[in-house]
Amino acid sequence: MTNPPDADVTIDSRGATCPGPLMDLIGRVKTLDPGTTVALRTSERNSTTDVPAWLEKAGHDLVEIDEGDDEWTIYLEVT
Amino acid sequence: MYRIAIVGGGTGGTVLANRLAEELGPELAAGEVEVRLITADPEHVYKPTFLYVPFGKKTVDDAARPIDELLDRRVTLDIAEVTDVDTDGHALTFADRSRLRYDHLVLATGASLDPDAVPGLAEGGHHFYGPAGAETLRDELADFTEGHLVLSVAGVPHMCPAAPVEFTLMVDDWLRERGRRDDVDLTYTYPINRAHGLESIAEWATDLFDARDIDVETFFNVESVDPDAGIVESMEGTELDYDLLVAIPPHAGSDLVIDAGLGDDGWVDVDRHTLEAEHADDVSAIGDVADVPTSKAGSVAHYEAGVVADRLASRARGETPTAVYDGKTVCFLEAGMDEATFIEFAYGEEPYVREPSRPLHWAKLGYNESYWLTARGLL
Ligand SMILES: Cc1cc2nc3c(=O)[nH]c(=O)nc-3n(C[C@H](O)[C@H](O)[C@H](O)COP(=O)(O)OP(=O)(O)OC[C@H]3O[C@@H](n4cnc5c(N)ncnc54)[C@H](O)[C@@H]3O)c2cc1C
Repeated sequence: MTNPPDADVTIDSRGATCPGPLMDLIGRVKTLDPGTTVALRTSERNSTTDVPAWLEKAGHDLVEIDEGDDEWTIYLEVT
Repeated sequence: MYRIAIVGGGTGGTVLANRLAEELGPELAAGEVEVRLITADPEHVYKPTFLYVPFGKKTVDDAARPIDELLDRRVTLDIAEVTDVDTDGHALTFADRSRLRYDHLVLATGASLDPDAVPGLAEGGHHFYGPAGAETLRDELADFTEGHLVLSVAGVPHMCPAAPVEFTLMVDDWLRERGRRDDVDLTYTYPINRAHGLESIAEWATDLFDARDIDVETFFNVESVDPDAGIVESMEGTELDYDLLVAIPPHAGSDLVIDAGLGDDGWVDVDRHTLEAEHADDVSAIGDVADVPTSKAGSVAHYEAGVVADRLASRARGETPTAVYDGKTVCFLEAGMDEATFIEFAYGEEPYVREPSRPLHWAKLGYNESYWLTARGLL
């Protein structure tokens, strides 16, 4: 899969139920350098609240949330 | 002859082998089918026993029985470690490099503990997820009279999502019974923004933790442990001082799965209803090694084994398989040393948590005793 233009890393968690997408993200962020931009694809609506809450707690930056058909892409930057 | 190979003699593999022996009795007698179970350990281990070991209620010997005593005589048993799965060639390779061909393969190799994934955890933390850990924790707990006990779920997924909550409620009760609870602070930590993955269990546990004066730290993903200073630190930047750290270690799937191309992260990618592998023909997976959206629990392995037994019996007879797994999961949860509750749910369902009671505690202990009949396929 190709990354969207503004993300260095794409995590495809579509199909996973809560808290799967958040845990996929946490597992991956551990391995990434500061400054990396990440696109998290999810079909779980709860991710749109869980993920921003975690980013705030962990101190990473939420860039934007794109809404598609029954799925969301959450863009963030690792700090 | 239709050759069915099952790798792993834990809950899933054992129940499956016995169910197949039962369902395919005539075909086995006629030599048309072979059911072969390959497992590395001659002992079958019933892990739920380990929850009781730290409290001196069970011993690690109670958790194990020889696998050959549990298997139907019509099942061929090999005690051997599988080192490679060749899904194109339909063959397994063993440590001595010998090969075994199969017509259908079922992987039931479980999950393994990976404490080394967190720096300092192996030295600084204790756990009750395996025999040695449970025994060491029993000795630590026996000497623990005061200080800060931290129960930390270092990562998900892990086996039996209920067990950390159960341990926390049990240790609270156990310390109260010994008159030590006032001298011990208890903290429970969890990786996401609530106390458990399932919302109803999170709410239930949070209410009980509040009532029993147990602190909860959420969004706590363990990053490192400093055994000398007695500090556990999270990725989110929170530090906790501990005197006794009980941590559920990160879990890993297996290299066997990765090397075979069956799942990038060590869990087999399967269709959640048929349990057939997504990246190979004639391969299924059950139990903890299968990546399905429910708990890594013995009850899941058990129900999945029933579904795969039905599907393979159909295939062996040349019929189209129709049995499917709906995600059924059943779990008893200890709420202290003498009361428990019970939940059941399927894919997409939120469980209802009943009021804990003594009869449910005895039901859980009774289930643990009768487990050996379950594994044999008698229950
Ligand atoms: C403390 C604790 C409490 C628990 N409590 C509960 C509970 O109350 N209720 C519940 O439902 N579940 C509970 N569980 C979870 C339950 O034990 C597991 O989900 C269950 O054992 C999974 O079964 P399995 O067949 O997938 O794997 P396992 O039972 O782990 O068996 C895997 C088998 O595969 C073999 N194996 C692995 N790799 C190879 C190889 N390469 N070659 C050959 N053999 C191999 C192993 O030797 C082992 O025999 C608990 C777990 C723990 C740790």
